[in-house]
Amino acid sequence: MKVLLGIGGSEDSIQALEKTVDRAESAGDNLTVAILQNPNADRTPDEIESQVREYLTDHTIESSIRHVEGDPGSMLVDIAESEGYEKIVIGGGQRSPMGKIQLGQIAEFVLLNSHTTVTLVR
Amino acid sequence: MTDRRYPTEPTEGFETPPVSFTDRTGRTITIRPYDGTDSAFETLVEMYEAFDPADRAQGIPPGQEPQIRSWLETILGNNCLNIIAWDGGTAAGHATLVPDGDAYELAIFVLQAYQEAGIGTHLIEALLGHGAANGIEKVWLTVERWNRPAVGLYKKVGFETSNAESFELEMAIRLAAEPVSDDSE
Repeated sequence: MKVLLGIGGSEDSIQALEKTVDRAESAGDNLTVAILQNPNADRTPDEIESQVREYLTDHTIESSIRHVEGDPGSMLVDIAESEGYEKIVIGGGQRSPMGKIQLGQIAEFVLLNSHTTVTLVR
Repeated sequence: MTDRRYPTEPTEGFETPPVSFTDRTGRTITIRPYDGTDSAFETLVEMYEAFDPADRAQGIPPGQEPQIRSWLETILGNNCLNIIAWDGGTAAGHATLVPDGDAYELAIFVLQAYQEAGIGTHLIEALLGHGAANGIEKVWLTVERWNRPAVGLYKKVGFETSNAESFELEMAIRLAAEPVSDDSE
């Protein structure tokens, strides 16, 4: 399956990276990792890229990495639709101090606007 | 996360626990601060094991016992404030304040068999009273937009909407006036 993973550097997106790469290896998915500009993340795009590369070297999958400029949610949806991706994968939200799941604005936009199937990683 | 807006004026005068009252079905309910004992902890585990999954909100309470235990260990920790509504030896409800920077996040849970009996109102008022007595100034919470009874309850006790731009509605209350800074005239 042709899978587009969007990560912006928040904790849940890093978790999504690991689970999606593991899944891609066992399912034989073709994975594109899109590094998004998330103003709320503590990691820079370059830091994210080296983290992605490091994780990918330990796994045997068909993959590519690209940096996506502009509004992260709409760019992700647009890339998935215009380039024929079969699935978008994103992080499943952060936890409040209480433990409540909170969806970020990227996830909210993608869920409400995508015509491609979306997976939220928990 | 964006800066949260709090009401300018504090809401004061909440009752502090212990609080006893008769609920709408005639049961005597007593609200007390969590005493940190194993038996109170285990009673809460039982309450959450019996909790109807339909009343979960944003993933809490968790559904399975090991996750219930680790969640309770977090929110019953040292810096958190917790109160329990008791019907004899049974936990009917539980409310908690968990630190978040200079404010606290609030959540309240009433077991299904005890809902719509006025217990939630007493629980939240007692929790805010307990918080104010312990020097807490600011409290926030999130609630599903469609949960009208909960939103109504929070408004009634003094919460105001602080952020309406996410899936969940965020509300906040101030329990004490902002400390006056030194450089003010």
